[in-house]
Amino acid sequence: MPKNPNVKRVMVIGSGPIVIGQAAEFDYAGTQACRSLKEEGVEVILVNSNPATIMTDRDIADKVYIEPLDVKVLEQIIEKEKPDSILPTLGGQAGLNLGMELEESGFLASHGVKLLGTTAATIRNAEGRQEFKDLMERIGEPCAASRVVETVEEGVEFTNSIGYPVVLRPAYTLGGSGGGIAGNQAELEEILENGLRLSRVGQVLVERCIAGWKEIEYEVMRDSAGNCITVCNMENIDPVGVHTGDSIVVAPSQTLSDKEYQMLRTSALNIINELQITGGCNVQFALHPTSFEYCVIEVNPRVSRSSALASKATGYPIAKVAAKIALGYTLDEIRNAITQKTYAGFEPALDYCVVKIPRLPFDKFITAKRTLTTQMKATGEVMSICDNFEGALMKAIRSLEQHVDCLLGYDFGDLSAEELKAKMKVVDDRRIWMIAEAIRRGISYEEIHAITLIDMWFIDKIAILVEMEEALKTQELTPQLLKEAKRIEFPDNVIARLTGRSEAEIKALRKENGIRAVYKMVDTCAAEFAASTPYYYSVYGGTCEASGSAYGGDTGNCRRKVLVLGSGPIRIGQGIEFDYCSVHATWAFSKAGYETIIINNNPETVSTDFDIADKLYFEPLTPEDVESVVEIEKPDGAVVQFGGQTAIKLTESLMKMGVPILGTKAEDVDAAEDRELFDKILEETGIPRAAGGTVYTAEEAKAVANRLGYPVLVRPSYVLGGQGMQIAISDREIEEFMEIINRIAQDHPILVDKYLQGKEIEVDAVCDGTDILIPGIMEHIERTGVHSGDSISVYPAHTIGKLVKDKIAEYTKRLAKALHVKGLINIQFIAIGEDVYVIEVNPRSSRTVPYISKVTGIPIVDLATEVILGKTIRELGYTPGLQPEAAYYAIKMPVFSFEKIRGAEISLGPEMKSTGECLGIAKEFHEALYKAFLGAGVNLPRHKNMIITVKDADKGEAIEIGRRFAKLGYTIYATRSTAAALNEAGVKARKVNKISQESPTVMDLILGHRIDLVIDTPTQGRDKSRDGFLIRRTAIETGVNCLTSLDTARALVTSLENAGKGLTLVDVARL
Amino acid sequence: MKAFLILEDGTVFEGIHIGAHREIISEIVFNTSMAGYLEVLTDPSYAGQAVCMTYPLIGNYGICREDMESFRPWPDGFIVRELSRIPSNFRSDLSIQQFMEENNVPGIAGIDTRALTKILREKGTMNGMITTGADFSMEEILPKLKAYTTGQVVEKVSCKEKYTVRPSRSPGENGPLSGAARFDRKAYERGEREARPTLVRELNGAGLQVALLDLGAKDNIAHSLAERGCEVTIYPCFTSAEEIIASRPDGIMLSNGPGDPKECTRMIREIRKLYDTEIPVFAICLGHQLMALATGADTYKMKYGHRGGNHPVKDLMTGRVYISSQNHGYVVDTDKLDPKVAVPAFVNVNDGTNEGLAYTGKNIFTVQYHPEACPGPQDSRYLFDRFIRMMKNPTVKGGQSHA
Repeated sequence: MPKNPNVKRVMVIGSGPIVIGQAAEFDYAGTQACRSLKEEGVEVILVNSNPATIMTDRDIADKVYIEPLDVKVLEQIIEKEKPDSILPTLGGQAGLNLGMELEESGFLASHGVKLLGTTAATIRNAEGRQEFKDLMERIGEPCAASRVVETVEEGVEFTNSIGYPVVLRPAYTLGGSGGGIAGNQAELEEILENGLRLSRVGQVLVERCIAGWKEIEYEVMRDSAGNCITVCNMENIDPVGVHTGDSIVVAPSQTLSDKEYQMLRTSALNIINELQITGGCNVQFALHPTSFEYCVIEVNPRVSRSSALASKATGYPIAKVAAKIALGYTLDEIRNAITQKTYAGFEPALDYCVVKIPRLPFDKFITAKRTLTTQMKATGEVMSICDNFEGALMKAIRSLEQHVDCLLGYDFGDLSAEELKAKMKVVDDRRIWMIAEAIRRGISYEEIHAITLIDMWFIDKIAILVEMEEALKTQELTPQLLKEAKRIEFPDNVIARLTGRSEAEIKALRKENGIRAVYKMVDTCAAEFAASTPYYYSVYGGTCEASGSAYGGDTGNCRRKVLVLGSGPIRIGQGIEFDYCSVHATWAFSKAGYETIIINNNPETVSTDFDIADKLYFEPLTPEDVESVVEIEKPDGAVVQFGGQTAIKLTESLMKMGVPILGTKAEDVDAAEDRELFDKILEETGIPRAAGGTVYTAEEAKAVANRLGYPVLVRPSYVLGGQGMQIAISDREIEEFMEIINRIAQDHPILVDKYLQGKEIEVDAVCDGTDILIPGIMEHIERTGVHSGDSISVYPAHTIGKLVKDKIAEYTKRLAKALHVKGLINIQFIAIGEDVYVIEVNPRSSRTVPYISKVTGIPIVDLATEVILGKTIRELGYTPGLQPEAAYYAIKMPVFSFEKIRGAEISLGPEMKSTGECLGIAKEFHEALYKAFLGAGVNLPRHKNMIITVKDADKGEAIEIGRRFAKLGYTIYATRSTAAALNEAGVKARKVNKISQESPTVMDLILGHRIDLVIDTPTQGRDKSRDGFLIRRTAIETGVNCLTSLDTARALVTSLENAGKGLTLVDVARL
Repeated sequence: MKAFLILEDGTVFEGIHIGAHREIISEIVFNTSMAGYLEVLTDPSYAGQAVCMTYPLIGNYGICREDMESFRPWPDGFIVRELSRIPSNFRSDLSIQQFMEENNVPGIAGIDTRALTKILREKGTMNGMITTGADFSMEEILPKLKAYTTGQVVEKVSCKEKYTVRPSRSPGENGPLSGAARFDRKAYERGEREARPTLVRELNGAGLQVALLDLGAKDNIAHSLAERGCEVTIYPCFTSAEEIIASRPDGIMLSNGPGDPKECTRMIREIRKLYDTEIPVFAICLGHQLMALATGADTYKMKYGHRGGNHPVKDLMTGRVYISSQNHGYVVDTDKLDPKVAVPAFVNVNDGTNEGLAYTGKNIFTVQYHPEACPGPQDSRYLFDRFIRMMKNPTVKGGQSHA
């Protein structure tokens, strides 16, 4: 069926800020889909509140609204832009829910707008728990015995009839928020109560527990003519019970015979047919490990994290094809973009094995419980490809960048066998390491299987890796053994460690014996057809398919080659922004005539889409893996300044390989990080900074701290996102922090600085060696001490005067020149009155680059790339210096995922905790601020009740804030001393008891669900008060907004004072 | 022990010996199915060939004997990247290593199967030798390789005597309906293994007699009919048309099978006689090719064939595309088709080759691919129902009206 001619203007809804459960995969899918629509001549109107995405670029859509994903805002955009259709299945659960709200209210019908692709009825059938169950029953597809309940009593009664344990799944939430497994009535009541509240429709599914069954997923496509295919299936190594987003996943399935594989495939096709889905869909099954009994767990009638993974695992561009299907094409009319010969109506055949490992944030939330459950906790993931499972697992492990490069990475050696078995029972992110240890101890496969319910096949594969460790430790390293170790992807450094040799020796031995990585193609068809845009993965043994020259290019290929290093898995502190920068740099190099090569291992991102760079290597970002690519490709240069810390860390290794670093030189990057060198530069350039010192030990740190006077800022050098950074107020805290920092081996010194309190200012600039271009100055709402990534950032800076701005521009110029920056530089300053101090300088891309590019309309990454290639800022048509301020306020609001991480401390500090961001943009500051809060999901008021509990030092400021909230009609509850202070100042506050006191306490109040907002400032330093911690956690887990900085609270009340005036829309593509 | 795969073009792959200790010369083909190695091994159509699996991890779930598509494996040799060290599946009876040894199938593992596949794709299917002897002489081997042909293999794989497969009398006999299986802990602990689930919901073929000409049939062809209630009598390939016609079947099925269809001259003659009756005929794979040859069409050898479970086939009657299970190296030449005899009814979406014919004015339709699946997608099982409708209502002329 050809394209529907009535579809001319399509509104695409994005997924908003990155939160756990809804991450970069939707930028990937959305970008691919928008490009696919534009390819068909359709005008695309994009709405997404997330400024860090590629999809919100002006080249991707025709109209770009970085506005809050709120139904009222969407209505306004529809009225203004008059699209004929909207595509809601690309923006994750957030986008889908909004599309449904617009449809159900009748707004779409009354404005003549059609839902493209899957219909509303279908979405209701797939997403509504009861509808879905009824439909499955009708077509004979089994679901676990279950009932949708709307009250706790109903849930208890039903569970008594089917028996514990039961799984609880709230309807219409993402990442399984509020779900869990209940083993008894008390647990049931607790989880159920919470889940009912978090569900958009107040429904929770209570279901027979199928924990321990095999979890198998199928990615399915269907067109409007009813043609169906499965793109691939995937098997979770962790059985049902762990969210698939937190599971180690392998594609294709490994332990299913054709009978089970086809049984579930046919079931998936039956389901998608019955639901009449047009587009992509994900079906999750639980398969009994010793039976043909299976259950349909759930269906996602949209693109998802799994579909992004399936796309990258197979080369089949699901989102692109889904967009074409939405326009009316059928699968047999859409070309397979990889082969250019076959059609989208086929099923990819893999001739390799894919492993995905989630990237969990427990390095950031050290107090959090590592237990993995049905509620997703991972912030990102890595994918690896190899021709054997062991190798794929090893590659994925080292791609995680968690200081772990093999199955010896976490040491469980001090546990007794019994303790180890007990620990294995509880699933956490280190379970495969525990299994490896169990195998080392001689615990039988059967026993490990009985405890973990992980299939014996996977246990055997882990055993093969453990046997290799042992062989390397005890046997002579013959070429044969080395070859086998490399086949299953033992990195040289691990082989060196185990054999007691040096890495250089291992490398030499490899060279001598011709043991080298070769590259194979992901081509969707297991080599059955020639491929025109494949991507590569490495294996040891066999012939190499990567030639080093442009694939399919002219024989007289003389283009210069550039290697762009990606940023690896999305984690707190290194998010999607760096993928944005890598992709833009790649495009800019390509425009400048370069052949581009990307190395990255993140399946969720745009950079690993098959048509971004000329060549993509899906590989870990370690020196050895990069060197193997370099040996084949021999690039003319590498660019590291766009890929975050992951890429920066590879600088030295690349130089050793003889690859020139394009842009700012490595020694200058070092100079910015090295305390002594940097101090010298500051002295020469006459720029002040907080006094401080460089230390290695706790004793040295205490000496420096006492010399400077507390409070001091303690942090490791060469980290991103303020990892390990703390404000210390005493010797005791220094000792504690130093211990935590030193838990991870430090090659670099630790910095101890005097803590200065002032306004934090941030600048991104491009420097060509002579001139600098500063697109704008950003100011943080929160005072220093809160990590810049967690602060609300305002452009243009609105509370500092011209003098300070000029000083900042001047300092930026001096620093950029002193560091010989060629390309990007990011600097953070503190402004105290008219004094400006530098906090830190990063001669590379930063988190704010996409945001500032979009709001100023200055394509910083493109300019930086041109500059790296030798152009000057003047040649590029820009006047150097600080650019005129835009006519808009653009406010970047951090977004957190605290509710997903049990036990995480939510109070803001020098260590970054946010997972994403959204933008508020408007002519008026207050409106921009309101939009930013709205975009972040702070949607007040509902009940107009709030709680204030602050430390003594904050009482003065709290009174002023409380007064303003009271004026807005809020009822204020406060703990004893805060209430006294408020009342004394004439702000009416009701006193509530502390947790330890008699009921009703502050906790009862929060749990009573009548509270909109909690303001709780923790005592200085690391908060030991369990009360404060409990209050904050309870608020977050019950869906109550909780602010820990008075600056944020002040901004919020300001935005509320100005709310309700109606919002104006800004098309960012026209800025 | 080392093993070598030597190709007709002189390429040598060195790997590890697996399975039986035997040197073989055979036609080397590749299959892209990611699961279903046992069904591939026991598909008689692979007789005279050595199969390379493009999926690198083979043997993971061991051998479940009840999944065998015939009583033994047929390929001369088996070529894999890696054999699993242990089998893991609740129904597994033995490991693939044991199975290969037990059935005297030699093979080679640890070679770059992707490189081999690319050679076959670029140069076309060719012959090769699997040997463990390192001191081979190319001058001696290459002429032998070139001389090899699969020959008349249908006779080798077909049953020797006719036999009957009893029809299901009730849907329950087919095993649990797919999705209805319930794990029975007590039975499992007694060592009983669950029966395979079925997709058949009604015995629409009850009372029908089908004659199946065994040209190397996979068991699931007869099973697919029997589970729908048809009584299936399986005839050896050398059976005369007269004998089949005399049994007065409601319909005739021509099965899949190995080798070059043009070698089957005698069968082609007999099939022509079947064509001349009014008995409905449904043919698969080799049966489809033989019917075409019997009615004046031509076949040719494809460069490297279709073997796998991911090929899209368009049913021209409905316009729908189905993912199919395929295993063929020859194909009907549609350029030489006489529309008065037969017209294309199914086409391969990837390369446009013929995937099935409808015979003009006849109750005959034939497909190149495998509606019986095993291994591979079950999407085309509806063709058995189409055949059953045709048998029940044979007065309507022309297969196409039986949708």
